[in-house]
Amino acid sequence: MIIQQLSIFLENKTGRLTEVTQVLGQAGINLSAFSMAESSDFGIMRVILSDPEKAQHLLTEKGFTVTLSDVVCLRVPNTPGTLSQALLVLSEAGVSIEYMYAFARKDDAALVVIRANDTQRCIDALQSSNLNLVKASEMYDF
Amino acid sequence: MIWNESSECMRPDEMRDLQNKRLRTTVERVYHNSTFYRSRMQEMGVSPMDIETIDDLVKLPFTVKTDLRDQYPFGLFSAPMSEIVRLHASSGTTGKPIVAGYTRKDLGTWSEVMARTFAAGGCSRNDIFQIAYGYGLFTGGLGAHYGAEMLGASVIPISAGNTEKQIQLMTDFGSTALCCTPSYALYLAEAIQEMGVRDKLKLRCGFFGAEPWTEEMRREIENKLKIKAFDIFGLTEIIGPGVAYDCEAQSGMHINEDHFLPEIINPQTLQPVAPGEIGELVFTTITKEGMPVIRYRTKDLTSLTYETCSCGRTSVRMHKIMGRSDDMLIIRGVNVFPSQIESVLLEFGEAAPHYHIFVDRANNTDTFEVHVEVRPENFSDDLSSMLNLRKRIEARIQSVVGIHAQVKLVEPRSIERSTGKAKRVTDNRKLY
Repeated sequence: MIIQQLSIFLENKTGRLTEVTQVLGQAGINLSAFSMAESSDFGIMRVILSDPEKAQHLLTEKGFTVTLSDVVCLRVPNTPGTLSQALLVLSEAGVSIEYMYAFARKDDAALVVIRANDTQRCIDALQSSNLNLVKASEMYDF
Repeated sequence: MIWNESSECMRPDEMRDLQNKRLRTTVERVYHNSTFYRSRMQEMGVSPMDIETIDDLVKLPFTVKTDLRDQYPFGLFSAPMSEIVRLHASSGTTGKPIVAGYTRKDLGTWSEVMARTFAAGGCSRNDIFQIAYGYGLFTGGLGAHYGAEMLGASVIPISAGNTEKQIQLMTDFGSTALCCTPSYALYLAEAIQEMGVRDKLKLRCGFFGAEPWTEEMRREIENKLKIKAFDIFGLTEIIGPGVAYDCEAQSGMHINEDHFLPEIINPQTLQPVAPGEIGELVFTTITKEGMPVIRYRTKDLTSLTYETCSCGRTSVRMHKIMGRSDDMLIIRGVNVFPSQIESVLLEFGEAAPHYHIFVDRANNTDTFEVHVEVRPENFSDDLSSMLNLRKRIEARIQSVVGIHAQVKLVEPRSIERSTGKAKRVTDNRKLY
């Protein structure tokens, strides 16, 4: 249930994001979801993609600083109140969230990517409450 | 290994006698052969007869860089051009370059002091030297070249740059010793790491100089290249590389004081400082014929120690250069040396030693910005820990330098690498 997310250090300079997406696009790597965390002069791009290890290799070759980290992806129905239910489970289990981002899919479910301080505990808590986690294979394979 | 035991381990009283004699000869030479030195000495009312021992040095005039520029090209030579067999010149980033002329004997001295340097690093005729200093007017390439040849080593005169070829020859020829600038050594180390060819190399030591570098940078080069890194000190004005060198104890550089007589002065009062104190390094060459220099102010800050080294050499040692008044920036009224920034960054171990300082002026206040490359192995996906890293570097700079610098984290390799002297500072203030 652990999903590998690729993070890329980017200076706030015109064209850097274009370069990243070009490198990945040319290699036929598909982006499923991404989010940006930014400060005034640099940012961190976090991305879920079809072949994280290949992407890491390619981007490192191009001189980018990248790292892989483990995240969890939760599938919740796209209806009011469902997210708060899941978050309650986590806070009761003592899992804290470092950051999260969400995206919607065609099948009407919302997907929430969660980076927790303790990935395994996060998975256990969500699964024991019968919440629906997305498998890595599903994530990469859109 | 000690190349010239009788000189390098000479008893202090014998060394002093030798220096006295050689100083007298040098003063005679410049007085009679150089209009420049003669008129300077006459202005001060000093004649060669007033100089008997090295204690009389203080009676002699100082020489500074602008004197060498003003006398461009050959005004400071004390030998006729028929005896000059080689000319070198400094890069001369501002105005005219500094020209140095060597007689055949001077070239012999130079090779000798460089052979001492390499032997002190444990090298011998069995080594293969890759000379990646620039060849040409710059003294680095040819200085190291002839020193390694005198040692009897096999010399690869590859010169600077062309990193791929450097690594290829290093692999194919089995180079055991590398000579280049420390910043280029780090650049090579990164390229070797990237290509994953370290295991194929026979490299075991390197001699790095021509730009200031810190102990931390030494450790980084040693760890990345898995070699022992030795410092060489030298100036074109004195002879080139080989004025002073590290031994295997790496506890200060041994000055070839039978050729280059050092003093430390207070740069403000120009008086000699107490033994062991930090001040500006001043050299008088006492064997050179082509272009001897009298009390040349190097602008380098260091201190001297006269204790016998654990390696057995008795020669005086100089501490690594602690700053250079040429490099010194005055920001918001505070003296800032780029080497201070470098030592801060390296003590973190989290930020690469590649950095660049930008100084400008906005609303009549100096701005001070330091760009620091983020190392891949220390990159965290967590924004707050990256911001925290930046904050900690800023705090450390503040405590070492005394003023606040704005640190900007930048992508690896975004700061320009140089194969010659590293350019660490951009000062955009228009003050003059």
